[in-house]
Amino acid sequence: MCDHYHPLSTETPEAVPGAYTRRRFLGSSLALLSTAATAPAFLGRTGSALADTTMRLSSTPGGVDHRVLVVIQLSGGNDGLNTVVPFGDDHYHRARPRLKVAETDAVPLQGVDGIGLNPNLAPVGELIDAGQAAILQGVGYPNPNRSHFKSMDIWQQGTIDPVGADRGKGWLGKALDGAIKPTDPDAGVAAVALAGQSQMATMGRSIQAVSFDTPRTFRWAGHDLEDGMSSAYNDLTEMPDALRRRDDPASFVRRTAMDAQAASSRLRKASEAKTNTRFPATGLGRQLRSVAGMIKSELPTRVYYVSMGGFDTHAGQGNRHTNLLREFAQAVKAFQAEMTSTGHADRVVTVAFSEFGRRLRENASAGTDHGAAGPVFVFGNAVKPGLHGKHPSLTNLDQGDLIHHTDFRGVYTDLLENWMRMDASAAVAGRFKTPGVIRRGV
Amino acid sequence: MAISASLSPIPNRFFTPAMARHLLERAGTGGSPADIAELHGLGLQEAVQRLAHYESVDVSNLTDFDADPDIMRPATAEERAEFLKARRNRDQDTLDTFRQQRLSARGEDRRMHSRLQRWWAQRMIDTPRPAEEKRVLLWHCHFATRHRDVRDAYLMYRQQQTFRAFGNASFADLAKAMVRDPAMIIFLNNDRNIRRRPNENLAREFMELFTLGEGQYTEDDIKEAARALTGYHRADNDFKFRRLVHDGGDKTILGQTDDFDGDSFVKLLLKQKATSRYIALKLYRHYVADVPEYLDLLPRDHAKAVNALGEELLRNRYHIGQTLETLFKSRMFYDREVIGNKIKSPAHLVAGAARSLKTPNRSVSILVTAMSRMGQALFEPPSVAGWDGGRAWINTSTMFMRQNLAIYLITGHDPTRRSAKARNDYDPTPLLTGLTDRQRSDPTAVVDHLADALLGPTVGRDRRAPMIELIQQRTETGQPADRETLVKALTLMTAMPEYQLC
Repeated sequence: MCDHYHPLSTETPEAVPGAYTRRRFLGSSLALLSTAATAPAFLGRTGSALADTTMRLSSTPGGVDHRVLVVIQLSGGNDGLNTVVPFGDDHYHRARPRLKVAETDAVPLQGVDGIGLNPNLAPVGELIDAGQAAILQGVGYPNPNRSHFKSMDIWQQGTIDPVGADRGKGWLGKALDGAIKPTDPDAGVAAVALAGQSQMATMGRSIQAVSFDTPRTFRWAGHDLEDGMSSAYNDLTEMPDALRRRDDPASFVRRTAMDAQAASSRLRKASEAKTNTRFPATGLGRQLRSVAGMIKSELPTRVYYVSMGGFDTHAGQGNRHTNLLREFAQAVKAFQAEMTSTGHADRVVTVAFSEFGRRLRENASAGTDHGAAGPVFVFGNAVKPGLHGKHPSLTNLDQGDLIHHTDFRGVYTDLLENWMRMDASAAVAGRFKTPGVIRRGV
Repeated sequence: MAISASLSPIPNRFFTPAMARHLLERAGTGGSPADIAELHGLGLQEAVQRLAHYESVDVSNLTDFDADPDIMRPATAEERAEFLKARRNRDQDTLDTFRQQRLSARGEDRRMHSRLQRWWAQRMIDTPRPAEEKRVLLWHCHFATRHRDVRDAYLMYRQQQTFRAFGNASFADLAKAMVRDPAMIIFLNNDRNIRRRPNENLAREFMELFTLGEGQYTEDDIKEAARALTGYHRADNDFKFRRLVHDGGDKTILGQTDDFDGDSFVKLLLKQKATSRYIALKLYRHYVADVPEYLDLLPRDHAKAVNALGEELLRNRYHIGQTLETLFKSRMFYDREVIGNKIKSPAHLVAGAARSLKTPNRSVSILVTAMSRMGQALFEPPSVAGWDGGRAWINTSTMFMRQNLAIYLITGHDPTRRSAKARNDYDPTPLLTGLTDRQRSDPTAVVDHLADALLGPTVGRDRRAPMIELIQQRTETGQPADRETLVKALTLMTAMPEYQLC
């Protein structure tokens, strides 16, 4: 149980009786249970859970088994230098004559000299003051790759040169593989990605994220055509156990079809659940609203993955970048508020990353080119708030780019081991120094 | 079992209806039972000829896209002068007018972009040259360019015309056309690539994604190659070489020193063995198997097959049509492990379903939206790396979209709307052409006839049983199934996981 200081909440989760009671997993698709022999494992326990009304998400509400990690991917390479702004350094002003953020505009940080946040990150500044946000500076990896795809692959894989079976697998998928057995009733919904395409980060050997971006279409429309259709459809979709273990394309598609059908009803309802907080009507706002609904519905899901694009600001960066930061900050602020108001804040940590930062010197098109090290955000009651690590040097550069001092694999290790209580060594293929962003004793 | 790496042709007698179906699915997007029978009737030589060298098929009945080249035209000298004057004088009214004009041009361009998407989707369904559209999809995914960044639908259209013009001939010509392609130049910022401030984007992607493949060059090669591409700009809708900002000095690329320009840079790239292997990998991923996009990740048998295809590409001097002719006749292509083992792209699924089921015309705007939600927005690949393809197309969410899209084609019921009604305007009976009256009254014969074409012969009796039962339940013994029963059987068939494969 978390018993640390919690600045915004006057109530601890125990004070909300029943808040963590496991609800029915199946909703309206109970008929499916007749196919229990071949249904995904997580439906199996739900069947018995229905009889056992005392079953709860955890015997200790908010216990480590039910901690949640939300990952926000900022795609395109976020300009870290205009995110966490080193306005006290002359080199910044010289390198960014048109794009610089002035000291007078930056959001000041308590006890920090010469560094502030982009003005549109004011909500993040408030979260830091409330003890709910941390920013790790200078995060990256050795020999940075400046290709979006390679660098995003590296961040999603959690390794730089994956070997053998780790190829094509992601850090979250690998960590979940180690923590949750394929036969575990909750394995099928261990990770949920709000994405049209499945994300490599959530791909494990046995764990694969449920992915969808539009809840309404998350079911087979043929159920509406005629009553008899559903049973024939179920017959065609179910899969003998022997086939489930095969890995050819046909088995893969069939397994996905079955998982989809099984997850459909429950996830649709949960992601459309009403929230107490008004979320911004932006892409990220809608995604985090869905995640909040699913967390509040007490799905046994451990990892949620959302993303936001547009950070590849090669030309005319000014307003574009600040608008993106506003969308990001407002969505996260609403999400944290919702978690607090529903009593789930103590079991959720959110991390936001980008595949690389951008070059110190602005280019001739009032934009910035692909760079290297950048900041990583971590939100939640479990973080040690404020800035972590020094701002990377603006004079000691690698090909014009900032040099990292914190390895992203150490950040992953911190999140996986100290927050999720999962073994990180397989996920990041080794041991890395952790930045200490998760508070001790959490 | 290992996949054959042999490009020697299969004997003509092995070209069964099942093989004809495979050929039509892979070279094109599949077809009705009658389409498959017709292709089979041609024999291997003729059938491959028609699909590998599709130019001989007449397409004069198709309507061309009605393109407006001037929506995003640059400002004239007078307009520019007027604008600068207004800015100097802080003439807010005039500046607002300019801003309004720019915004309305953007809006008009977005409308043309949607119209272009719809035109292409409809063409995929209507064309008598399905292999041409499949080829254009290949190049669109290879030289992936996004309208969202280019912001000029006319240039996107022009790029596709280039794919049509060069896409079945020499890859060398196509690659040279791409360093001069206005949409590509905008997309990869090459119109900012000048001698005094080289921009590396086009040079980098040309090596990493369009020719050599990742890891076959150094960062220094990229810097030097960027110099070769300086001055490769565009003026309005056309390529423009700006000699004054081109760096004519010597560059050392891949160990060769010369005064490289765009053409000689491309020529140098095509001389590299790595390029033939990488292009072969792209052909292999598009036409043969869903394998990883990195050569060093390929299982050994696939690597051998890709190597063989690379050799063939060199033998044919990068002629795509010739190389595919060899491939489409080969043991490799008809290997048991290849057939029915590839995941259809969204465009393939949508166009293929409409073509093979012969469904009534549906709202092409819904079809385009459906493709987007399945992960393939036309003219909007997710990045310059194109679509990942293969298993990345399939997740629990796209699975439902794929199934529901087929329902939309068959019933007219729009799955994204809560209340849309089915239209009941689809009659699948013409698909049964070729069956005797007696066969039409036999549920098993009817399902086999449809499933052989739509799912392929590898989908066995046990998987066909639910459709047979459905027809039996709804039909009096000895009578042919009615229209509605056939519609429901097809709804089930297209919901099968196997229908996602080709």
